Amino acid sequence: MKNFTQYSVLFCTCFGMSAQADVALDVTYLSVFEAQPPTLSNLDAEPDDIGVAGALTGLDDNITTGRFLGHNYALNVVQLDDGDDAIAAAKTALAASPYLILDAPPAMLLAIADLPEAADAILFNTSSGDLDLRDSACRANLLHTLPSDKMRTDALAQFFLTRRWDDLVMITGTHPQDVTYAEAMRSSLIKFGLELSGEKTWEFDADMRRAASQEIPLFTQDLGDYDVMILADELHDFGRYVLYNTWEARPVAGSEGLTAVTWSPVIEQWGAAQLQSRFEDKNARDMTSQDYAAWAAIRTLGEAVTRTNAADSATLRDYILSPEFELAGFKGRPLTFRSWNGQLRQPIAIAHPRALVAQAPLDGFLHQVNELDTLGLDQPESNCEVFQ
Amino acid sequence: MIRTLLLSTCLAAPAYAGEIWVTNEKDDTVSVISTETLEVIATYPTGERPRGITFSKDFSVVYICASDSDAVQVMDPNTGEILHDLPSGEDPEQFVLHPNDRHLYIANEDDAITTVVDTETRAVIAQIDVGVEPEGMAVSPDGKIAITTSETTNMAHWIDTETQELFANTLVDSRPRHAEFVKDGEQMWVSSEIGGSITVFNTADQAELGKIRFEVPGVHQDRVQPVGFEFIEGDTHAFVALGPSNHVAVVNADTLEVEDYILVGRRVWHMAFNADKTQLFTTNGVSGDVTVIDVASREPLQSIKVGRFPWGAAFRP
Repeated sequence: MKNFTQYSVLFCTCFGMSAQADVALDVTYLSVFEAQPPTLSNLDAEPDDIGVAGALTGLDDNITTGRFLGHNYALNVVQLDDGDDAIAAAKTALAASPYLILDAPPAMLLAIADLPEAADAILFNTSSGDLDLRDSACRANLLHTLPSDKMRTDALAQFFLTRRWDDLVMITGTHPQDVTYAEAMRSSLIKFGLELSGEKTWEFDADMRRAASQEIPLFTQDLGDYDVMILADELHDFGRYVLYNTWEARPVAGSEGLTAVTWSPVIEQWGAAQLQSRFEDKNARDMTSQDYAAWAAIRTLGEAVTRTNAADSATLRDYILSPEFELAGFKGRPLTFRSWNGQLRQPIAIAHPRALVAQAPLDGFLHQVNELDTLGLDQPESNCEVFQ
Repeated sequence: MIRTLLLSTCLAAPAYAGEIWVTNEKDDTVSVISTETLEVIATYPTGERPRGITFSKDFSVVYICASDSDAVQVMDPNTGEILHDLPSGEDPEQFVLHPNDRHLYIANEDDAITTVVDTETRAVIAQIDVGVEPEGMAVSPDGKIAITTSETTNMAHWIDTETQELFANTLVDSRPRHAEFVKDGEQMWVSSEIGGSITVFNTADQAELGKIRFEVPGVHQDRVQPVGFEFIEGDTHAFVALGPSNHVAVVNADTLEVEDYILVGRRVWHMAFNADKTQLFTTNGVSGDVTVIDVASREPLQSIKVGRFPWGAAFRP
């Protein structure tokens, strides 16, 4: 277990503020070890501080703001190794503070949320797009700053519809994440009146670094003609070899090619360039979606403390879920939480590795309450009741 | 800021003649527009990513924030020649010239610092820690108070210009972008881009007097994002750029009510008046043009194509 703490420093007297009761917010970032299956390519080296680096960037933002108000922030980072007891670590963290930012698989998120020690806590899911966590398995103490898979697939479906790409095919991998992504995509296509004209499952175990040019054309030949090929390959295993090797010359979207993502280095509008450069200067790498979700979680807490001048979880939770709350998240619109399931509403970037192509919700997708609710689970279809 | 400059020079300038200088953020140029012909009469190269722009009191030099060059450039407006750079701290975005015509207060967006530079000695005389992503800058007409707004900290920071220290920090709505002193410095206004509001402060005690909100028909509330604003003669009304809603609002400065919305180009950002404040020139970043508004009728007159992503605007006679 790696455990380190960033302490904020008391600045409040140096900045000409009148004496104010000090408010201190301690947060734990807990990442639970999750073994990932091997992928065909060795190109992507996963940084070991994914998420953590985003949380630390958010902490710096909070500290800078807090020093003008007599508010202090600290982040305790706990990264578990294989075999460490996650529940014990969560209990220890909850004994120290009710604020927990979690990087964990869905089952572990629920196990931690259901601990008696977590009853009055505020937990943030920053790692899982699982729709069930926002639906029938939702927990009143679990907020989600990472979009659901469905928000991302709805974004792509809106884009397909806008471009009138309505003849779609999909290739799905066999990992659970691929399957849930494919399910989300199918439901998004139904929601926006689109259809799949063909589907295949990728089950090959050949090494595509040698054989892609021979294998993929044949594999995609029997899908016939279509407008776009969708890939459900959330672990980035085979998808990268599909591009430019399909039988028909057609664009690829989904997990590779044109992707719908929470965050991407190609986002530079809406002041995002400043957040990107703050992050890159400190970490010498690009900011990922999970970093963004962790950043948004700690900034959510910071914003609530700033506006309420309080640090108790009941006050902060009420404020975060109220209409008064808004987070400036460098996405061009104020971000708010869905008060019925704890999901952070946010625009979704539709991007390729070199540029932002569009931002969902796209023009013309209207909603009676908030256009951002055209993405993901909307209130009338939600089975989450514990927020009522 | 531009307003105070105007007051001091209008008398000397021949009526109606003048130029609007526009920085083109993604072209590394400034475009010079004639307020008589409403045409671009000159384009000069600048440092990288020019944003804030302002003239010295006598209009003999123009200061330009070249953000990605980490410098404030001093240009001869008659020739377009860069005379020299001023030290500015990292990533200068916006600045304001103190009424003493010497001290530039510069927001360093990447560093959470406001830098004060003496334009004569070309030395940094103070650096003040402010909130994350400082942007909006203003200075009171009497020169005693400077303001920095910080976009991520969501505050207006009040700086005592004698000690160069903060004496107050006031919260505003999300992403404050621009600040102006109004009514001889009695009030200070701050626009909040993501919050969609302008907060009006009483300068004497920094108390909040009121808030202005905007509703553009047919545009979702989230896209109504106030950024730059300027006041007409007598400070009775403010013209407020509303960013990606592509409108400029006309606000009654006494009742704080919005009286009109004027359709302009895409992502309207900052603005400047002509000599007698009968025409207003708005920079429209996404459409790459400047809209000319007739102030009396509150109608857009025409668009003028400039460079890519026009950002700041300043008038010179």
